[in-house]
Amino acid sequence: MHIPDGYLGPETSAATYAIMLPVWVIASKIVRKTLKAKQVPLLAIGAAFSFVIMMLNVPIPGGTTGHAVGAVLVAILLGPWAACIAITVALVVQALLFGDGGITAIGANCFNMAFVEVFAGYYIYRLISGSSSVTSGRRVFAAGVAGYVALNIAALSTAVMFGIQPLLHKTVSGQFLYCPYGLNVAIPVMLGEHLLIFGWIEAIVTALVVKYLQKQDPALLGTSEEIAV
Amino acid sequence: MRTTTKLWFGVVILILLSPLGLILPERFKASDAWGEWGADSFKELVGYIPRGLEKLSGLWKAPLPDYAFKGWEEKGLFGLSLAYIVSAVIGIVITVGLVLLIGMILSKKK
Repeated sequence: MHIPDGYLGPETSAATYAIMLPVWVIASKIVRKTLKAKQVPLLAIGAAFSFVIMMLNVPIPGGTTGHAVGAVLVAILLGPWAACIAITVALVVQALLFGDGGITAIGANCFNMAFVEVFAGYYIYRLISGSSSVTSGRRVFAAGVAGYVALNIAALSTAVMFGIQPLLHKTVSGQFLYCPYGLNVAIPVMLGEHLLIFGWIEAIVTALVVKYLQKQDPALLGTSEEIAV
Repeated sequence: MRTTTKLWFGVVILILLSPLGLILPERFKASDAWGEWGADSFKELVGYIPRGLEKLSGLWKAPLPDYAFKGWEEKGLFGLSLAYIVSAVIGIVITVGLVLLIGMILSKKK
């Protein structure tokens, strides 16, 4: 899901940066008001967890690879705005240091994984959790569904970015300038593989950690609701 | 043991397991992630390299591309796995350092 340099035209790159800049500013302002100093280590663990889970590429035999993002879990624990910052840092380090995702695509990749996935996952979790107690089975189910659906929404958003490039950038000779695959290819492939395999990994990982924390330290699962907007 | 300490252990275990993200795709003959091919692959995929893509794809020279070290691939999958783990450690140390720094600047001192 890490879009490399060259797949998106300058308009898409600029537009996604233009969306993310105010998001990052708002995130900083809200986190400044809500994040407690003692929660900072947990946020760092969340960023580390997301970093390493994104390195665990899972194969579709004979096909492509993909991975979970871990963004929904961080959003459940610390709220969507703090999660947005943590996942952004992980994505920026991956792009600059390891070439995983392009630098012109940092805005796009952060939009998909640090914004769309984070907020979709957070609100799906809250919606399904309802007023259930933090140790209820419903919360584990909510975490799994949120992970699965949010990763797929992020995959869809990524696919749309790929898929609109042929519409935006075509030369007179009929060759495309950037990503040559349209929506009719990008959406079924990206969504298909995430619905089929990678979404389940995000679901299982998110649900398992929530289940573990219910036993280990249920207080942690209540904090994101205090700092929600 | 405090929860955060236990969670750090979890991250360390995931780092040690991270080479599976390299070995499993190799084992099951899975290629790159969709939409993350190198520019050269487009010759095979669509018959030409999109011009804008070719130009932009070399824009940034990452110091450790693909979580690998130059020359270590000669040591085979073991060398690559080791480089993958070391890359994960380097990346995570920097990520954690940055988040701690940002968090300290932003968080309430209560």
